[in-house]
Amino acid sequence: MALLEVNNLALSFAGLHVIKELSFTVEEGSIASLIGPNGAGKTSVFNCLTGFYKPTGGDITFNTKSIVAKKPHKITQMGMARTFQNLRLFKSMSVLENVMSGMHCRSKAGPVGSVLRTAAQQREEAEIKEFCETCLKFVGLLDARDRIASNLAYGDQRRVEWARALATQPKLLLLDEPAAGLNHDEKQQLIELINKIRDELTITIFLIEHDMGLVMKVSEKITVIDYGEKIAQGNAEEIQNNPKVIEAYLGKEEDEIG
Amino acid sequence: MANFSDTLGEWLRPQKNRMFILLVLAAIAMLIPLASSNYVLEVMTNVWFYVMLCLGLNIVVGYAGLLDLGYAAFFAVGAYTTGILTSHFGVNFWLTIPVAVCCSACAGLLIGGPTLRLRSDYLAIVTLGFGEIVRIVARNLEITGGASGLIGIERPSIFGFQLNQIVHFYYVFLLLAILACFVSYRLQHSRMGRAWQYVREDEDAAEAMGINRVAVKLYAYVIGAIFGGVAGCFFAVKMTAISPETFMFQQSVLILLGVVLGGMGKIPGVIIGAFALVLFPEVFRGLGSMRMLVFAIVMLIIMLYRPEGIWPAKKS
Ligand SMILES: Nc1ncnc2c1ncn2[C@@H]1O[C@H](COP(=O)(O)OP(=O)(O)OP(=O)(O)O)[C@@H](O)[C@H]1O
Ligand SMILES: [Mg+2]
Repeated sequence: MALLEVNNLALSFAGLHVIKELSFTVEEGSIASLIGPNGAGKTSVFNCLTGFYKPTGGDITFNTKSIVAKKPHKITQMGMARTFQNLRLFKSMSVLENVMSGMHCRSKAGPVGSVLRTAAQQREEAEIKEFCETCLKFVGLLDARDRIASNLAYGDQRRVEWARALATQPKLLLLDEPAAGLNHDEKQQLIELINKIRDELTITIFLIEHDMGLVMKVSEKITVIDYGEKIAQGNAEEIQNNPKVIEAYLGKEEDEIG
Repeated sequence: MANFSDTLGEWLRPQKNRMFILLVLAAIAMLIPLASSNYVLEVMTNVWFYVMLCLGLNIVVGYAGLLDLGYAAFFAVGAYTTGILTSHFGVNFWLTIPVAVCCSACAGLLIGGPTLRLRSDYLAIVTLGFGEIVRIVARNLEITGGASGLIGIERPSIFGFQLNQIVHFYYVFLLLAILACFVSYRLQHSRMGRAWQYVREDEDAAEAMGINRVAVKLYAYVIGAIFGGVAGCFFAVKMTAISPETFMFQQSVLILLGVVLGGMGKIPGVIIGAFALVLFPEVFRGLGSMRMLVFAIVMLIIMLYRPEGIWPAKKS
């Protein structure tokens, strides 16, 4: 069954068509990728999916419900979590507090309960903490729980973002260039982690990535876009041998040279 | 100065040291009336009053990161609610408090609801306008006593004991200030307090984590309004007279100054800010009209050398 179904998605900014009639699906329980040259519109697709951009046309169905024009926080509540291409941590807060942000939409204590520290509120706080520690442990960062997020090494800051996304207890996890800026070892760990998230937590994964080695290794299905248009779709082998894809990437390189 | 407060912050980190200091400070505050003149009591009562107002505004500005230039309006709503209900309708003072809480919360909703969707620069302008509107409405309505305001507001009594001496009000306002600290502390260290900080640090990331930014800001706005409203109730009965000029734009700026000066979002910092606000002009009374100038210069220096406020930020 398709967990995410995108039909004829279109997005334009002041006449500039960033996404054109894009359709694809992400199967429940799969690891899928979205690739394309720089500026192809990948991040824009994520922003449409998560409600940050309002598409100018088309439909997005997530978990059998249409999510077009829904607010980002509603979409997260429905079970879609994301990470950002450029780190977007809460910089002056501790690692644990960062991860706890993910549990906000899964808890409900209000101001009165918080001031009175009711039994229910205290129980909830303990649950939040415990679950977030589990998430940190999952990404291998439990030791750093009390450190200020911005003091961590870059690779570890990425992990905080993943843990934070996991803390929202998503069905679908969107990763925007998770390997950017990571070294070789960290990339290997990332591959393991992605598989672990899918296999152990049964979370569907949809990722954008420029590192082709990583994409080919983890993805079961790859969608390729260029200038906001889908140019190919298939498994790793099909994509690698698709002339249109090769042209899009090589053409781009020539542009860069010229 | 910077070094001193850093070391102080370091020493204050362990919970035990903190509790100790708090108890000592509370004891001193309790004992002040035993050894001071009415003038000192008057000034200190004013300090506790501003502590409450600054802590209220701190929820909006410090915790949620919203610039509010019309905070005096909520304080006015509380004061007028109590003033009108007690003098025109003979309602018992203590019963006016819940009404004032509702009124100020509604005022908060009314102004916050439509504007909190906007980004914060617009909010500053709208709140500024709101502050002026409330003052001008109070100036022109009959029920609020027009430009001369309300006079002869009855002093409250508790268990048959009338509060009419400055020392009574000293304790009332001290209690309010302590309550305000307690509520602020609990809020700051809760799910709501964290949500405010998430939204303040990165609105988009907070939204992506499933936080409804408008709702979270509205909570801050309404809770801040309630602080101001309650402070206003007690202000009205302490002064027994209120006039629109009490709630001028300068009042809002003054409260904001207290919050920024001590350190936004940090309770001890805000308390220090409130102290500075009230004590400085008093201590330098000898300078005559020059004192406000000196006050301004001192403040500029603090802002230049310690933009994060007097109180040190936490680090790790
Ligand atoms: N908010 C916006 N306003 C105007 N143009 C935008 C906006 N967001 C994206 N674009 C444009 O849309 C196009 C696609 O951008 P997008 O960030 O989606 O690309 P991308 O595929 O993620 O690229 P990269 O690989 O560099 O991350 C770019 O030309 C960009 O300038
Ligand atoms: Mg991108």
